[in-house]
Amino acid sequence: MSAKTHGILFAGVGGQGVLLGAEITALAAVHSGYDVKQTEVHGVSQRGGSVETHVRFGSKVWSPIVTPGKTDVVVGLEKLEALRFAHYAHPKDGIILVNDHEIVPGSVKNAEDIYPHDAIDRMREIGCLVLPMEASRVARDLGDGRMANVVMLGAMATFLPITEEAWIETLNRRIPEKYRESNLKAFMAGHALASVMEERPSVRA
Amino acid sequence: MKTELMLGNRALARGAWEAGVEFAAGYPGTPSTEILETLAHFPEVRSQWSANEKVAFEEGMGAAIGGIRVLVTMKHVGLNVAADPFMVFPYAGTNAGFVLVSADDPGMHSSQNEQDNRYLARMAKVPILEPSDAQECKDFVGLGLQLSEEFQTPVMLRTTTRLAHHKGLVSLGERESVPQKEFVPDPRRFSVPIYRRILRPQVEARLDRLREYAETTPVNRLEEGTGEIGVVTSGIAYQYVKEILPEASVLRLGMTYPLPANLLRDFCARHETVYVIEEGEPFIEEFIQTLGITNLVGKERFGVIGEYSPGRLAQAMGMEDSAVTELEAMPRPPMFCIGCGHRTVFSGLRQLKVTVAGDIGCYTMGALPPYEASHTTFNMGASIGTAIGLEQAGHERVVSIIGDSTFIHAGLPALVDAVYNGSNLTLLILDNSTTGMTGGQPHPASGSSLTGEQAPKLNLEQLCRATGVEHVQVADTWDRKAVLGAIRKALAHNGPSVVISEGPCVRLPEMRQREIIPYYVDEELCTQCDACFKVWCPAITRTDDGFPVIEAADCTACTVCAQVCPVDAMYPFAQETLPLA
Repeated sequence: MSAKTHGILFAGVGGQGVLLGAEITALAAVHSGYDVKQTEVHGVSQRGGSVETHVRFGSKVWSPIVTPGKTDVVVGLEKLEALRFAHYAHPKDGIILVNDHEIVPGSVKNAEDIYPHDAIDRMREIGCLVLPMEASRVARDLGDGRMANVVMLGAMATFLPITEEAWIETLNRRIPEKYRESNLKAFMAGHALASVMEERPSVRA
Repeated sequence: MKTELMLGNRALARGAWEAGVEFAAGYPGTPSTEILETLAHFPEVRSQWSANEKVAFEEGMGAAIGGIRVLVTMKHVGLNVAADPFMVFPYAGTNAGFVLVSADDPGMHSSQNEQDNRYLARMAKVPILEPSDAQECKDFVGLGLQLSEEFQTPVMLRTTTRLAHHKGLVSLGERESVPQKEFVPDPRRFSVPIYRRILRPQVEARLDRLREYAETTPVNRLEEGTGEIGVVTSGIAYQYVKEILPEASVLRLGMTYPLPANLLRDFCARHETVYVIEEGEPFIEEFIQTLGITNLVGKERFGVIGEYSPGRLAQAMGMEDSAVTELEAMPRPPMFCIGCGHRTVFSGLRQLKVTVAGDIGCYTMGALPPYEASHTTFNMGASIGTAIGLEQAGHERVVSIIGDSTFIHAGLPALVDAVYNGSNLTLLILDNSTTGMTGGQPHPASGSSLTGEQAPKLNLEQLCRATGVEHVQVADTWDRKAVLGAIRKALAHNGPSVVISEGPCVRLPEMRQREIIPYYVDEELCTQCDACFKVWCPAITRTDDGFPVIEAADCTACTVCAQVCPVDAMYPFAQETLPLA
């Protein structure tokens, strides 16, 4: 078990399952015997706005919130949202996992024209590893694009000191039976995608 | 002992259950809503949503005087509504335990202002407890009830957004059985306002006793460190202090009113510099200053605005070389859900070019592009009074817009006033059968209760007529022509008028679980006139060939796009009928 405190930030658009991703991560960390804290967002931002949640786990966790420039993993379920929170990643040791998927904000004028299609390149300015993934496409191929969050979880899991058994056990407990099998497939698909990525660092304990 | 990863708000609910609370009431408001939603699952506690916070407080007051333990919950601004009983109750004092949860929202995640309610408690002369994590959220409810009974006073438990909406590990206990206390009628205490003069010195005497208690309570905890730095802190900020200053000596104040003068004097004397780190206003800091203590670093360094974080505090202390720069990213304000019934109303209002006095709810988003059709928003129920005032200032064609729950909460007296004072008000009630913005809580016109039981359903149309409004019209909120026509007629009517646009919130379980046939774009018929894009439905995007395409999994079959399509190229098409998950 890892002694250091690990910090993860999940970012996305309200309705993408940002909260669920964070919750499953937190529960898997609890299952692994860690002290865990997690933030949630409720209220207005859940209406299609920008949503972020944080998970921290380790032997003793004080603050539930992560710090810009010091976060181990930033998981972006959407490109613009990954860009917005990219600076949270540690510039050297951090990892940004980004779903190569665009949701253009409906409540901004000329949003289509000013949307940052080059977000992934811009995130690389931070200096840390940026790993784009076609999570939405993978999820769609598995039958439902809304499982992109679970595909991303599978990928993220390869970078964290939480056992596969803890992840599977948590998914089994947390996902309703009707959706369980497809979500397990989505998780394993993300896991497989990230495992074969070049330049991937080993799990840091 | 069993532990569970628990949201601060759920821990508060669990704490109330364990401490033998029998009655709980409140009005939904972020970040307090989940407390009662959780309590609703404990059959031993009678939990309810009340019409507004004032009513909830008064019901709690009655129950506590009547002898049972009570929890009342509300967001920070809710206490403004309940301030009247809150300021008077401490004079009589309580019989059984009474804990008020005031959920403050530093950073205004989901609120119209920042307001540090510790000042309201001080004004009311009510003791304050401030938990620092989920475990304490649970434990402090029990402590609050004990204090409440020991000192015969209501107790405020102050949370903040980050505390209410963070999860941590909580160890669970069993429910305590608390016998009902006898209610002894006492005119001096409970009935005759003039006698409150007699009670007034007793309020001060009680505060003196609470001051003594504050010196020794275990929740005001000294953690000796090794460094020169001393920190006085409370609430979630305690966690941030431990994170960035693990060596510092910390005086953690779990009880922040009344404050322990001797403890603070002693602590400040033993350290060269004392940091006072508290979210919100300088409530603790100003008190320490009144003791003549000057070696403090507080709000001047850390600021009063917004939330604290370990990063912000470390930076203010000069522990970081430079701030991390954010990458430039366009904003993403929230917007109406796919299929939301408010869309037709705001596109109609935009078309009519009227002045709109808005209110508190999801429909505040009508002020944003693409609608930009809501011109004022202040507080619960303010839309009606503001419109009457705008009319007085010579503005014609003013429309008030208010949700069903907000109308019941604080709009009704203003509508009565509009009729009484001869206003030409046009009021639009967006009736979606729920309190939408806070996640869908039932209210008196929903037909169900917090615990999911069937409840009498207030008839809003009859209610409006009963106030004396002669022109009341109900329209299906997804019928563009009907909504627009009804608003036009109401504007043309001489005298006060009401339009009720009716249709359930798409987030309600009954809407999400119904079988629907999603809409589909027939590219053979579509002329790419782009009329459907003007509906601003997030489920409609463009194909590479320029055709609109509807995401079948997201479509709610609200029909609005089909209503605007001039060539009927959009129609229901059952590829596979999926329930909305």
